[in-house]
Amino acid sequence: MKEAFNILWLQSGGCGGCSMSVLNAEQPDFFNMLQLNNINMLWHPSFSEASGEEFLSLIKSIEEGDTRLDALCIEGSLMRGPNGTGHFHILAGSGRPMIDVVEGLTKKAKYTIAVGSCAAFGGITMSGPNPGDACGLQYEGKYAGALLDKNWSSSGELPVINIAGCPTHPNWVTETIAQLAMGDLHSSDLDTYNRPRSYTDHLVHHGCPRNEYYEYKASAEQASDQGCMMENMGCLGTQAHADCNTRLWNGEGSCLRGGYACINCTAAGFEEPGHSFTQTPKIAGIPIGLPTDMPKAWFVALSSLAKAATPKRLKINATSDHIRVPPNQKTEKDGQS
Amino acid sequence: MSSKSSTRRILGPFNRVEGDLEVQVEVEDGVIVKAWVNSPLFRGFEQILHGKDPIDALVYTPRICGICSVSQSVAAAQALAASMDITPCPNGELATNLILAAENLADHLTHFYLFFMPDFARESYSKKAWFNDTHERFKAQTGKAARQVLPARASFLHLTGILAGKWPHSLAIQPGGTTRPIEAQEKVRLLTTISAFRLFLEEVLFDDKLEQVASLSSENELKIWQEQHPDSDFARFLNIADDLKLSEIGGASDRFLSYGAYKTNNEHLFNSGVWQQHTQTLNPDEITEDISHSWLNVQNEPKHPYFGITIPGELNNTGYSWCKSPRLNNQVVEVGAISRQMVDGHKLIRDLVSNSGANVRNRIIARLLELALVVPVMEEWAKKLQPKEVFCLHSKIPDEAQGAGMIEAARGSLGHWVRIKNGRILNYQIIAPTTWNFSPRDADDKPGALELALQNTYVGEDKNASVIIQHIIRSFDPCMVCTVH
Repeated sequence: MKEAFNILWLQSGGCGGCSMSVLNAEQPDFFNMLQLNNINMLWHPSFSEASGEEFLSLIKSIEEGDTRLDALCIEGSLMRGPNGTGHFHILAGSGRPMIDVVEGLTKKAKYTIAVGSCAAFGGITMSGPNPGDACGLQYEGKYAGALLDKNWSSSGELPVINIAGCPTHPNWVTETIAQLAMGDLHSSDLDTYNRPRSYTDHLVHHGCPRNEYYEYKASAEQASDQGCMMENMGCLGTQAHADCNTRLWNGEGSCLRGGYACINCTAAGFEEPGHSFTQTPKIAGIPIGLPTDMPKAWFVALSSLAKAATPKRLKINATSDHIRVPPNQKTEKDGQS
Repeated sequence: MSSKSSTRRILGPFNRVEGDLEVQVEVEDGVIVKAWVNSPLFRGFEQILHGKDPIDALVYTPRICGICSVSQSVAAAQALAASMDITPCPNGELATNLILAAENLADHLTHFYLFFMPDFARESYSKKAWFNDTHERFKAQTGKAARQVLPARASFLHLTGILAGKWPHSLAIQPGGTTRPIEAQEKVRLLTTISAFRLFLEEVLFDDKLEQVASLSSENELKIWQEQHPDSDFARFLNIADDLKLSEIGGASDRFLSYGAYKTNNEHLFNSGVWQQHTQTLNPDEITEDISHSWLNVQNEPKHPYFGITIPGELNNTGYSWCKSPRLNNQVVEVGAISRQMVDGHKLIRDLVSNSGANVRNRIIARLLELALVVPVMEEWAKKLQPKEVFCLHSKIPDEAQGAGMIEAARGSLGHWVRIKNGRILNYQIIAPTTWNFSPRDADDKPGALELALQNTYVGEDKNASVIIQHIIRSFDPCMVCTVH
C-alpha cells in the first residue's frame, strides 16, 4: 500500500472555526474521510492525543527531517506584532513565536495550505487598526507577499493553497487535501488568489433561492424579508466567488438561505468593506458593487426594465417575512392550455 | 523549605482545548504548590470594534470564537437590543434559543467525546481494568465512539442549517429576533432533527430515557443508575471517575456564577445568580476586570467592563498572560455547566457539590446532565414556533446608548458591554467564560479558578505534563480563543 499522506494542522491568530466546521463534514465524516484517503493526521489541535512535550518533539522531528511532512495546514492569521517580534502568539511550552515555527515548517512541507481567510489573507484579525499586525501566509489582504514572499513556492511547486472562507466549508478543505494526496491538484487548479477553483469558479449567487426576486429587482428592505438582498441589505452574492448555494451548509443552509447577506468571506479584504456589512452603499440610488462581469449600463437598463415588469406577487412577497401571494395556478377558465 | 525539592515546570501546549494554553507549575515533593495560567495569544477585538457601526458587531464578534460563535452572536444581539430598548418577538426568542442550545449541546458532546475522554485511552493507563474497553471506544481519532458521534453531531447541527444558514458564524441572530422565518414543514424538520439527536443520546450516551437521567436527584441515585446502565458511555466515565478518584481533584473556589440561560418571556430556563453556600442575587455592577498580571496597559485599576480598556502593553515581569482577571465583588468565581446547575438548584448537582465540591468528575456530570435537561426543552420550543408570525422586530440603534448582553455559553457566563456614541462603537468589552475560569492573579494576588484548581494536586516527578493536570484543565472545557479575543 502507498505510504500515507502526512498532514500537520496548526492554529494561530484565529477562532478555530474552520476546524469546527470541518467536523461538520458528512458522508463521510472527517475521520473516515482521512482514513479512506490514506491521509495521516500527524497532529491536530482539537483531536490528537499528543500534548505538551509529545507535540513539541513531533515538531522537532519534522524540523530535523526525521518525519516527512506532506502538507502543512495553517488556520488563523500570523501574528507579527508587537513590533515584528511575533510575541502576540508564542507557541505554548516552546517560548518560540508561532510565526518562526510556521515559517520553518513551510520549508519542510511538500505543500502548505492556508485553511480559512485568516491564514490566507489575514482576515478578521486584520480588521480595524490591525492590532496584532496580523497577516496571511502569503497575502496581506489583497497584496501578495506577507510572512512568505510573493514568489515563494513549496517543494511540491505550488504557492500557499488558499482555502479561503470564514469559515471554510468542510468539503472545500477535505476535497482539496484529498486532491493533493492523490497528486491531483495543479497550479492551473488555483485562481488568481491561489484559491481552489473547484469552488471559486462559482458565484454565491448561483443557486440562490431568491433568484426570481433578483431577476425582477424585487428587494428586501429589512431583515427577515423574502426579497433579493442585493439592493438594500448589502448582499455580495453576485460578486462572491464560492459555491455556497449549490453545495449548501449544515444540510440545507447557506447565508442567503438563512436570510442574511453574503459578506464575500472568501475574498481578500472582506473584513473591511468600508461601509456597514448589511447595508448596500449606493450612488444615485444604484448599488456601487455590480454583479461580476456585468457592464454598468446594461445593469441599469435591465434593472429599470425588470422593475417595471415586476409581478405583484414578487413585489408583495419581497417585503414580507413569508409567502403572502403564491404563484398563480393555471385553470381552464384562463383559456390557456 | 530548603530541604524540599522545588522545581518550576512550563507545560504546554495543551491541545483538545480551543486555542493555545500554557501552564507553569511550581512543584514541591511531587505536589503543585503554585500555578500560573497563561493565554499566549493576543488578537485585540476590542480595538477592532472601536469606531465601527454598532450593527457590525454581529459580523465581528461571532468570529472571536469558532466553537461558541453563536453564543457571541447572542450576547452581541442582546447588548444591541438593550441599547435599542427592545425585546425580540416570541418566534425570534424561540429560534435564538434553539440555535444557541444546538451549539451549546454540540459543544458538550464534542468536549466529552473528542476533548476529554481520549486522555483515559493513553498508554499510561494501560494497566487499568477498564483500559481495553476505553481504548477501543475513546482513543483519539480512531476510537469507535467518535465514528458514532461525528455523524450525530453533524446531523444535529442541521438545525442551524435551517434556522441560521450555517454554523459557525451566522448573521441570523438579530437584536429583534432572527432573519429566518420558517414554514410549517420546516418546523417538522426541526423537530425530527432534535428527536434524532435524542435517540442518539438515549442509545449511546445514556442507554436510558433523557427524562430519567434528568430526574436523578442525589449521588446515591446516580450510583444506582450507574450500576444499572453499564453499557452507557456516561457510566463508563463514572466507573473511571470512581477508580481514579476524579471527585478528589480539581476543586476551585466553590463560588459559582450564572447569568441565566435561555430566556423566553423574560424568564430564564436556568436562573441567574451567584451560589456560595446559598443562592444570592447577581449584581452586574459588581463585575470588574483587573490587569495587574496581564500584559496590558493604560487601565490603572479594576474597572467595570463598560469602562474597561484593552491595550497591549510590555511583556514585563508582573504580567504573565494576555488574559485579564475578572472578579465579582472582588472574588474569584467559577462558571460553566456546574455553576448554572448549582445556581438553578438541580438536586443532583447540589448534592454532588455538597459532598465533594466542584471537581473534575462533577464538572463532567453537570455537562452531560445538561444534554438530558435541554433536549426535551428544545422539542417544546420547536413546537411553540408559529409559522406565519413575525420572526424579527425592527428598530434603529440610537446614536448614543449603552447596553449589556449577558448570556450563558456552553462554557459559562459570557458578557458583552457596548457603549455607542455618535452612532459608532465607543467602547466594546467582552468577558468570556474562560476569562473567568482561566484568569491570572489579581491585584491582591488571588489566583484564578484554574490556578486554584491545580494547587495541592499530586503530580509526582513525571517531567511530562502529568495526565492528572490534563484532566483538571480539560474538566473546565477551556476556550482560549474566547479568553484572549
